[in-house]
Amino acid sequence: MTLDELEVGEEAIITAVNGEGALRRHLLGMGCIPKTKVQLHKVAPMKDPIEIRLRGYLLTLRVEDAKNIEVSKL
Amino acid sequence: MNFALIGNQNSGKTTLFNQLTGSNQHVGNFPGVTVDKKEGTIIGHPDCTLVDLPGIYSLSPYTNEEIVTRDYLMSGEVDCIINILDATNIERNLYLTLQLIELQIPMVLAINMMDEMKANGGTIKINSFKDMIGVDCIPISAAKNEGISDLINCVIRVAKEKKQPARLDFCSGAVHRCIHGISTMIEDHAQAIHMPARFAASKLIEGDKPLEQQLKLTDNEIDLIEHSVKEMERECDMDREAAMADMRYTFIEKLCKDTVIRAHESKEYLRSVKIDEVLTGKYFAIPSFILIMAAVFYLTFGPVGSFLSDGFAAIIDSIVAFISQLLLDYGLNDVVYSLIVDGIFVGVSSVLSFLPVIVVLFFFLSILEDSGYMARVAFIMDKPLRKLGLSGKSFVPMLIGFGCSVPAIMSTRTLSSNRDRIMTILLTPFMSCTAKVPIYAVFSLAFFPDHAAQVMILLYTTGILVGIIVAFIMKSTIYKGEPIPFVMEMPNYRLPSPKSVLLLMWEKAKDFITRAFTIIFLGSIIIWFLQNFDLHLNQVADSADSILALIGQTISFIFKPLGFGDWRAATALISGFTAKESVVSSLAVLLQTTSDNLPAALGTLFTPVSAYSFLLFTLLYSPCIAAIAAAKREMGIKYTLVMIIMQCTIAWIVAFIFYQAAMLIL
Repeated sequence: MTLDELEVGEEAIITAVNGEGALRRHLLGMGCIPKTKVQLHKVAPMKDPIEIRLRGYLLTLRVEDAKNIEVSKL
Repeated sequence: MNFALIGNQNSGKTTLFNQLTGSNQHVGNFPGVTVDKKEGTIIGHPDCTLVDLPGIYSLSPYTNEEIVTRDYLMSGEVDCIINILDATNIERNLYLTLQLIELQIPMVLAINMMDEMKANGGTIKINSFKDMIGVDCIPISAAKNEGISDLINCVIRVAKEKKQPARLDFCSGAVHRCIHGISTMIEDHAQAIHMPARFAASKLIEGDKPLEQQLKLTDNEIDLIEHSVKEMERECDMDREAAMADMRYTFIEKLCKDTVIRAHESKEYLRSVKIDEVLTGKYFAIPSFILIMAAVFYLTFGPVGSFLSDGFAAIIDSIVAFISQLLLDYGLNDVVYSLIVDGIFVGVSSVLSFLPVIVVLFFFLSILEDSGYMARVAFIMDKPLRKLGLSGKSFVPMLIGFGCSVPAIMSTRTLSSNRDRIMTILLTPFMSCTAKVPIYAVFSLAFFPDHAAQVMILLYTTGILVGIIVAFIMKSTIYKGEPIPFVMEMPNYRLPSPKSVLLLMWEKAKDFITRAFTIIFLGSIIIWFLQNFDLHLNQVADSADSILALIGQTISFIFKPLGFGDWRAATALISGFTAKESVVSSLAVLLQTTSDNLPAALGTLFTPVSAYSFLLFTLLYSPCIAAIAAAKREMGIKYTLVMIIMQCTIAWIVAFIFYQAAMLIL
């Protein structure tokens, strides 16, 4: 499953970060790498973007981009 | 000595910069790009300059900010890097640190917000942390001004000793072999361009194509590197980028496990989450956003702003009156007197009357920015703006455009990419500014006395609609296909520091005053000259004989298909360049009437249809000279010219369609 499919509050482990280019590199640099624990923290009022929590901080990204992050539920 | 301050966004970098330099700072641009270059001298150390580099998360060369930072650090000008880290978010902050270490420049880590971390039961064992990472560390609290003198002393010592980071290897296994192999192979190339081989090797592995050329690698070498990277990818079962990120984070995790005692859930975080239940919550997010922006607008353009504007205008008027009396008593030549009083004073003081509004607006904006609320605005408004090819961050500048384009354009500085910045600036003038309201009001009174509100609403919506259409066109032409990553850290709410707020207000005010006395000063003189002289350079008694009127007559044919081919309309539009309000006052002068009788007099010049066409044109045509000057500062002369031409063309087309269609129907 992918990150955007989590329910608010659910935790998961990142298994793969797909996609390419600047966005992917940025995600990796921000610590979104395989084996990292993430939690879906919040969904924006218009359902997009989403807010995730990882490594003790909050990160906002768009649903479209979250689809590139594969996770497995804890 | 030259120091560079670098760190992630939201790490407290600006606060630290302000603590270190106080008010001894000035803002410029890095060559070629519109990235702020803030420089200052360190308080008590006049021989130490400090450059504030943009807030970035990585040293890859993909954004202007990252490129600027990399080039500056590699320039050889930096004696010591001050890398500020947020202790409460140490893992992600260290990612940049590991890349900085590869540069082999003397460096000190300023570990910020240690107080906050300790208050929440955590800490960093500084000595073992320092041993493991091989760089000197000083715990500080930038907001409370603690540890700052220790930091300065340490930085000066490290710079004097030219003490490079003691440790370079954070890797193991396949990545380690790959980095070492490549860095040995390219050592000579790297030395030739004064780049540490290790840094170059990492960047090559990450797939930095421009660097291959910079290093003048042969095809054979490129093949070898490619081969070695492929080998590594296979061994790690990850692609190159993921492998490098994984290598860094693996070390960081180990470092933190050994030396960081984690805080329990911090009260700052819990407080933020609580506030966000309302401010970014499902039901309250948008109402509270509207409420907050309405309050900012009301205070800026309402009582506070107008009180300050009026007071300020009164002061300027009395200064002008005093000086003009002095000049009269002195018996100054009439023409020179007119130049100074009617040209320069009137022009510059009408522009300076914007100043209080700008200062008040930036007071609120910097509070919204520093507190962390702007990041929330980007979060809740991203979806609608994405359809236009922008991100949520562009919403606030465009909203401010309804007040005044000048601060709106100035506030695009906080947007993350050059593309977003330029697009937002180009769209901002479509948001009808308050200076156009007097024009709408006079014309409504004259032609649509019973429908003034409807006319106003219709004009505002037309502006927005045209803006949206233009955005779509830009998105599918010049900005086609360029992705705009929107991956943003959501910082905890913080109390804005008064010092930062005041410094930002001062900076923007200074910026605006400088422009008022350069570009706008020149513009005022030109318009004054055109209004007061004829082609034989004689001063004219009647403005109908002036060069400006002549230009109006010459170009009036352009407006004939729009329904207002009279030279006076054209002339009034030209004078609108200085400030939109002057369209009304020019019309009054040209029709030889007072502003009270203007609505009646306008009937001789316009029909209701051509009046509305004129309003549409005024709504959409080139912004005033103050906005043009602001745009030039933010995006350079080329895009500014594009903006002026584009807007005049669009204004003409829209008014043309309206007028011709109306004439057909009616």
